[in-house]
Amino acid sequence: MPSLGTSFGRGGATTFQQDLQNADCIVIMGSNMAENHPVGFQWVMEARERGAQVIHVDPRFTRTSAMATKHVPLRAGSDIAFLGGIANYILQNDLYFREYVEHYTNAPVIINDEFADTEDLDGLFSGWDPEEGEYSVESWMYDGMEIHGSAGQREQGFKPTKGEASGHGGHGGGLLHGEPPAEDRAMQHPRCVLQLLKRHYARYTPEFVAETCGCSVEDFVQVCETLVANSGRDRTSAFVYAVGWTQHTVGVQTIRSAAIIQQLLGNIGRPGGGIMALRGHASIQGSTDIPTLYNILPGYLPMPHTESYGDLDRYIEANTSPTGWWGHFRAYFVSLMKAYFGENANADNDFLFKSLPRIDDDNSAYWTVEQMLQGKVKGYIIAGENPAVGHANGKAHRLGLSRLEWLVVRDVVEIESASFWYDSPEVESGELEPEAIPTEIFFLPAATHTEKDGSFTNTQRLLQWHWQAVEPKEDCRSELWFYFHLGRLIKQKLADSEDERDKLIKALRWEYPTHSGIQEPDAEAVLQEISGQEIESGKFLSGYPELKDDGSTLCGCWIYSGCFKEGINQTARKKPHWEQDTYVADEWAWAWPDNRHLLYNRASADPDGKPWSERKRYVWWDAGEGKWTGLDSPDFEEDKPPSYVPPKDAKAEDAIAGDHPFVMQADGRSWLYVPQGLEDGPLPTHYEPHESPFGNRLYSQRANPRRQQNKDLAEDPYNPVADEPGADVYPYVVTTYRLTEHHTAGGMTRSVPYLAELQPQMFCEVHPDLARDVGLEHGGWATIYTSRSAIEARVMVTDRMRPVRMDGREVHQIGLPYHWGKRGLITGDSANDLAHMALDPNVHIQETKAFTCGIRPGRRPRGADLPRFVAELREQARSRLEASVAEPPMSGRTSRTPSAPGGRREEDPHVEPEEARKPAQ
Amino acid sequence: MSLSKLLESWPAVRQLREGDPLGLGRAVQSPRSRTLVPRIDEAEHVVQSVCPFCAVGCGQLVYVSDGAITHIEGDPASPISRGRLCPKGQASKSYADSPLREYKVKYRRPYGTSWEELSLGDAMEMIADRIIRTRADSWEWKTEDGNPANRTMAIGNLGGATLDNEENYLIKKLMTALGVVQVENQARI
Amino acid sequence: MSVVETKRPDGWESYGDAQKERVGFFTDTSVCIGCKACEVACKEWNLIPEDGRVWTGESYDHTSQLGANTWRHVAFVEQRKPLQALLEAPPAPGDRTAPSAAPGGDGSTALRWLMESDVCKHCTHAACLDVCPTGSLFRTEFGTVVVQQDICNGCGYCVPACPFGVLDKRHLPATTDPPPAILGRKEDGRVWKCTLCYDRLKGGHEPACAKACPTKSIQFGPLEELRERADARLAKLSAEGWNGAQLYGRDPEDGVGGFGAFFLLLDDPEVYGLPPDPVVTTRDLPEMWSNMLAAAGAMLAGVAALTLFGSRR
Repeated sequence: MPSLGTSFGRGGATTFQQDLQNADCIVIMGSNMAENHPVGFQWVMEARERGAQVIHVDPRFTRTSAMATKHVPLRAGSDIAFLGGIANYILQNDLYFREYVEHYTNAPVIINDEFADTEDLDGLFSGWDPEEGEYSVESWMYDGMEIHGSAGQREQGFKPTKGEASGHGGHGGGLLHGEPPAEDRAMQHPRCVLQLLKRHYARYTPEFVAETCGCSVEDFVQVCETLVANSGRDRTSAFVYAVGWTQHTVGVQTIRSAAIIQQLLGNIGRPGGGIMALRGHASIQGSTDIPTLYNILPGYLPMPHTESYGDLDRYIEANTSPTGWWGHFRAYFVSLMKAYFGENANADNDFLFKSLPRIDDDNSAYWTVEQMLQGKVKGYIIAGENPAVGHANGKAHRLGLSRLEWLVVRDVVEIESASFWYDSPEVESGELEPEAIPTEIFFLPAATHTEKDGSFTNTQRLLQWHWQAVEPKEDCRSELWFYFHLGRLIKQKLADSEDERDKLIKALRWEYPTHSGIQEPDAEAVLQEISGQEIESGKFLSGYPELKDDGSTLCGCWIYSGCFKEGINQTARKKPHWEQDTYVADEWAWAWPDNRHLLYNRASADPDGKPWSERKRYVWWDAGEGKWTGLDSPDFEEDKPPSYVPPKDAKAEDAIAGDHPFVMQADGRSWLYVPQGLEDGPLPTHYEPHESPFGNRLYSQRANPRRQQNKDLAEDPYNPVADEPGADVYPYVVTTYRLTEHHTAGGMTRSVPYLAELQPQMFCEVHPDLARDVGLEHGGWATIYTSRSAIEARVMVTDRMRPVRMDGREVHQIGLPYHWGKRGLITGDSANDLAHMALDPNVHIQETKAFTCGIRPGRRPRGADLPRFVAELREQARSRLEASVAEPPMSGRTSRTPSAPGGRREEDPHVEPEEARKPAQ
Repeated sequence: MSLSKLLESWPAVRQLREGDPLGLGRAVQSPRSRTLVPRIDEAEHVVQSVCPFCAVGCGQLVYVSDGAITHIEGDPASPISRGRLCPKGQASKSYADSPLREYKVKYRRPYGTSWEELSLGDAMEMIADRIIRTRADSWEWKTEDGNPANRTMAIGNLGGATLDNEENYLIKKLMTALGVVQVENQARI
Repeated sequence: MSVVETKRPDGWESYGDAQKERVGFFTDTSVCIGCKACEVACKEWNLIPEDGRVWTGESYDHTSQLGANTWRHVAFVEQRKPLQALLEAPPAPGDRTAPSAAPGGDGSTALRWLMESDVCKHCTHAACLDVCPTGSLFRTEFGTVVVQQDICNGCGYCVPACPFGVLDKRHLPATTDPPPAILGRKEDGRVWKCTLCYDRLKGGHEPACAKACPTKSIQFGPLEELRERADARLAKLSAEGWNGAQLYGRDPEDGVGGFGAFFLLLDDPEVYGLPPDPVVTTRDLPEMWSNMLAAAGAMLAGVAALTLFGSRR
């Protein structure tokens, strides 16, 4: 995640699950850990049994809440207000960890005097370009420093290293020169980061939090007090989050909010502290590290962009940070090209850089669906994913698939993304007819984890090898087999091509040994390429410091370098934990980078290198030995003393001082304030969700101005919001989630009898008051609808869904698990059919955790009546909206600031100009 | 059978002789109960694996006999999971053996109304041909603005969060060399 | 021999040298996260058929009860009271920042969600054992109670004898769809229940449910040790002010002589659907047996006569 990447330097969880046992307080927010990561939750329970406070902040009372020492309900989508309130509590009461903040974070750094905060500009930061709907980030920069890849250079083909270029999960990006930034160690300068933060958050009072989040002042203050009491030299607190934070149009900034709190409290890089990002799939961390993502190459190297990077040198220059470990960017990139193209990539041809494909700003999955709907995408390969159920606005996805020329689906069961042409809701409604769908479909059965060798990277950056147990049956094959043989066939077919466009595929190094009757590629051979070798000698590299920029080493993913060091598959190490010295268990599998389990662990010692306290010792400077030592592999150069001061012209890691633990950052510090790398601001700000029944209490800017919307896409209409007429057609907040008993879109669990029976049917969770108001009956049926679609679900009336009180009215939240679809042993409507495709601008993730809906008793209409029903409601909402535009509303309930920065705002507070709400279809 | 053996096998005699006059314990232990062996002790080999569901990364032990999985349970050696598994992880064998699992390639021709059979080899050839054709038809050297593109925007690849690192590596490597940039996975979702 | 062992399971003594330490379960519901790993682990190990796909509306419990096809069952109870009396006080009256429609409707926002993994109790005095006419139900060397499938003829006498409703004849899953063929035999008429993984015990492995349990809510071990652990746990929770914490089935003096699989509950047993004061339904049977034995003594030479009441075939 760029939130963790920009704050700390690496996009992964800063800690590991077992270390949660050392926490004195654990705040679980945006995660339902007990339900979705039950086995990892044992470490939270260990902490609780040792007396730790476990706080669960969540709209719903879940199985996690049931285990917590404190549950605080809040309104879905108001997380930044809550977290900002904690930051404000810490700042206003001077409760931050002074020494940690001063030395290890960028709190003392002075910011450009052109920077203007959202508090100055009514919800916008400086640099907003209303035409482009984007920020230019120059004014966010450290005082006296230029941004790396500045706007001036952009005209020559450069683009500032914002979200895209710095990668999903990306790094902090560079600062242009190695000079230490201007700073005020006393942290009193009005433009120093600490003071900016103080001002930025000043209005996030407990009362504001209570009013915005719908929680009580007492609950909120209790959370603050508990966190603060359990942080400091002798105590540490951890944050745990999952997609409850990411799946918002402000997802990245929500996680950033937690990063700010943890920096202020001094909880990063220390045992029992950190931010534990809980990923939902076996290798979701791995699939960003070695990405199947459009915008990055392995190891978070940016994909070349159409608007930038004329040649290799400029690409390297734009991405190399003069200071910190990104100073070796050329070595990382060149070694990757050697892994990809072998001897065909060399210094004479710029390592084939010019032939690489280029991306646009957004070529993400949702963008691709738009292209499909427009008939621009012809062929699609789906391997182990089920967009027809698992992606927001399932109908748009299914319609998209129906407009392809060809589609390959690889899975263990026939999922909805393969069967949409004959059993989707659109076939039932008559919107699709099999006879009219041109898509040629290949369904290829896949192998399971027990039928192949390979490694998963788990949620704590740990690469764990799984060995094949049995041969896959009949046509079942691994993805390794499929892609290897597909590539082999394509290369074979194009072997004689003289066409320039086939140059790269012909140059591809694509030789892997195979075994067994089916010619399965050797997964370890692939891992060896990923880990890296010295080309001439074939020697296995022990880590990324050994990578060369002259083409003499190859490495498929620099951050994984060393996972096959000494010719040993480090990821397959399985020494039982009881035979290991510490709970870190560093001889079990292999963590990136360099087998470090707790990142930035130099921060577990004070600036002089001594543990902050005996109770919280982890890594420290052994002056006698002249090296860092402790329970884990030090995340610091082993022999760099705490007293090290970089010389003036120092480059790369040599420019990082001995008391700066964040070695991936250009300045060696964690970033409370992010001068570059994010699309929507250097600081998190409270915005309402894209669809919300409320206006923004802070600003007339209601929602994230930079969020991505599909204004011209008929398939993705939006509900009226806040005080807009027509919003009352969709008056409730809806949030989607998973249950312990099922996995994501259900393909892996609806097909399993023992799991199907545990949660056999789609249901909605509603509070008794809502049930009474609407006439819903426990155990009966409800129809839930949005502008996109309507679904039906069994009704579960429960106290666990809590209404919140906002603006003097009660707002109900409706809970929807999203596991069901048309196929499997158990079937049901898909919650994602209701969701829209407005996205977070940094990572293009959809907002399925907070949007609006309506609900009625009874089952949904069948057949053609379903789209008619949805359209009628949309029409109803639209007519109210249009009537209101013709005739301004009488109500004066809204009291938002009419101020309009730069005169860019219209007077009618109901209509946000930058949103230009598209009429419902 | 000798008379004494016959007598010994009589339950009543067993009950008295084995100090179990009411026939509640040892005397009524059946032959099967007496010789019961857990099937994990009879497995030909045990493979250390990792759970395929969420990202906690629990260790699994996969027990195999006669080329088939006979049981999957937690691997106590794992420092993360310590032998424990959630219901999904615990159902891994049933997942691999799902009654809905597909074992054969299925093919649906354009405008077709039913699945058809197709050999895996033919399917691979056909898919390779379609990639080559679509790519050739849609190749972009330049963007509309004249910037370098070197790509096809008519092909996409989705999936990866459930796959192995080695598989993701090959996907990205192959697609990049083919000029396919729309490579995405669930991490985005 | 400790006090807790003064009441010994019927039939256990018969093993002599082959007798093993009595083992059982201590299910501590205060750490149960309701994940149902125990239900699945049990089914995977014991190859139990699916139990039907019925959405019940009973919170997150859709397997409803123990039966022939569900040997571990997780109950879910939603309550309008705090987990710990000490932790959560109701908000001050007139606090308008709190949600108005609090769960309690009485100004209290307290809520708790109890989860409990139920299982066969492996009673010290087990009525099922007493009534089984075939010798199928028996006491193992581990002190547990097991149905031997190679013996059971499906007479069903044991079914009403169990005070907990654990014993059940296997029947078709209550699903509308045809059940998948791989899931064992459908209707076999025999009685099935938790064996405390008898085969695993023989191999020195802990039962499947206890092994899987992510939070060690299900603890397996020597019964005596578990009872000590449970006492300590109850003392801790009581000191911390947990509402309603109590042990269930731990007491060897209770109506079934104590459970081999006992529980720490956070409310009264009936809240979880458990009988508050279970009594072995064959309580008067020993007296009956001894009377019959006396009568039989007179006919000692007559093997056939002995067979009439002694043989349970």
